[in-house]
Amino acid sequence: MNTRIILHSDINCFYASVEHLHHPELEGKPVAVGGDPERRHGIVLTADYMAKGRGVKTGMALWQARQVCPDIIFLPPRMDLYLRFSRLARKIYSDYTDLQEPFGIDECWLDVTRSIGLKGEGLKIAKEISSRMKAELGITVSIGVSYNKIFAKLGSDYKKPDAITTIYKEEFRHKVWPLPAGNLLYVGRSTQKKLSGIGIRTIGDLAAAPESCLSSRLGKMGIILQSFANGLDTSPVRQEGAEAPVKSIGNGVTAPRDMTANQDIRIVLYTLAESVGARLRENGFRCRVIEISVRDNGLFSFTRQKKLDHPTNITSEIAMEAFQLFLTNYRWQKPVRSIGIRAADLVTDAFCDQLDLFTDFCRRERQERMDDAVDDIRRRFGFYSIQRGLMYCDRQLSSVNAKEDHTVHPHSFF
Amino acid sequence: MPKIRKQYIDVSAVFTKDGELIPKSIKWENGTDYEITKVLSIRPAASLKAGGAGTRYTCVICGQEKHLYYEDNNKWFVECFS
Repeated sequence: MNTRIILHSDINCFYASVEHLHHPELEGKPVAVGGDPERRHGIVLTADYMAKGRGVKTGMALWQARQVCPDIIFLPPRMDLYLRFSRLARKIYSDYTDLQEPFGIDECWLDVTRSIGLKGEGLKIAKEISSRMKAELGITVSIGVSYNKIFAKLGSDYKKPDAITTIYKEEFRHKVWPLPAGNLLYVGRSTQKKLSGIGIRTIGDLAAAPESCLSSRLGKMGIILQSFANGLDTSPVRQEGAEAPVKSIGNGVTAPRDMTANQDIRIVLYTLAESVGARLRENGFRCRVIEISVRDNGLFSFTRQKKLDHPTNITSEIAMEAFQLFLTNYRWQKPVRSIGIRAADLVTDAFCDQLDLFTDFCRRERQERMDDAVDDIRRRFGFYSIQRGLMYCDRQLSSVNAKEDHTVHPHSFF
Repeated sequence: MPKIRKQYIDVSAVFTKDGELIPKSIKWENGTDYEITKVLSIRPAASLKAGGAGTRYTCVICGQEKHLYYEDNNKWFVECFS
């Protein structure tokens, strides 16, 4: 079997680096990107290495960041600028291969196996990419060079900032195995706990663990993770566009102000349902399960699901089901900070639905046609050209344009 | 040591029929128009001193080589002493 050459490129402290480039006067000062007093997103999205060194972490509230780093400077996020830089970075990658799999906005896997004849060895390509990122974009990257995706990512995590780490077949035992098991891709907090419960602390431990032990504690995933630890990952670098089939469509939002009454929830759920419904219709899907996720202002969160009698992509049905789920499952101990709707168990538009005597299918058909008309008007005249009356009850809460502002975080590996 | 800053300026440029964008003259802060006699090179580059990234045009203006950056958002900037 031919050995692949896989690179993983990770832009260091992406948002902070882009901002540092545009603010040369802030050189040598600790910077964090985050905070937008209007929309109340008052948390750190990312911090530069100086601020991180003082203890500032992604997800911290701004006041907490200031506590650990009093001279920190906050810059509001400029998503359009970061998207531009992400696009420019991918353009540089495309000079070396068309087999690119982005992992979020700032990371990317590159399969350069077939490019080595033309562009040089993996390490040479990595060095070229790194220097071009500095020269053309003014930002630094960490690149991992290996023969599979998992090790390539470990390579880029190995040394930051501005570094290239190789993890070849003859190297991984002494480079990868001493690392904590939690560093392996797809070992999260709970998996890590389960592993340390059976005495597995490092990736090397995981690689050497008896198969029966792993499969009894972690099931199929345990065996998969073990194969990752042994460098046996064979997953291909998936070209963009060759997407895995969509399994669910959802939208969540942190409201501009805490929600304290059922009416508040209703308004925000309708805005989310509009987006989820439109996206379902756009992609030719209907859903059979509605799930809501609720987070209160103590940051406690939970989800609740309901299976529907009939598959739907009708906005009002989605909203009403979601609202019902909320009413039956929330006791209003605390105000609600953020809420989300997810439409799961998808079927295609053409799915044959079993009719029953109790549902008014004519009415549903009319609602579908109405939704289609609204989609069409919005496509031609803009999102805000037509709105539900309910939105006027609270313009602040209904100001979320969930569909167009939607950003997808890294797609799942599987 | 004089500090360098980013200065957005007015630029007159031509869109050629082959799809290239070539700057022809710049208008400086004092209002004077300066002709770009020659464009020596066009390449993507970042200006760490000014604080931005885009396409860098190395131009000859009044006999001197100057860098002019096109920032993709219809704006052009130069590195300028403040």
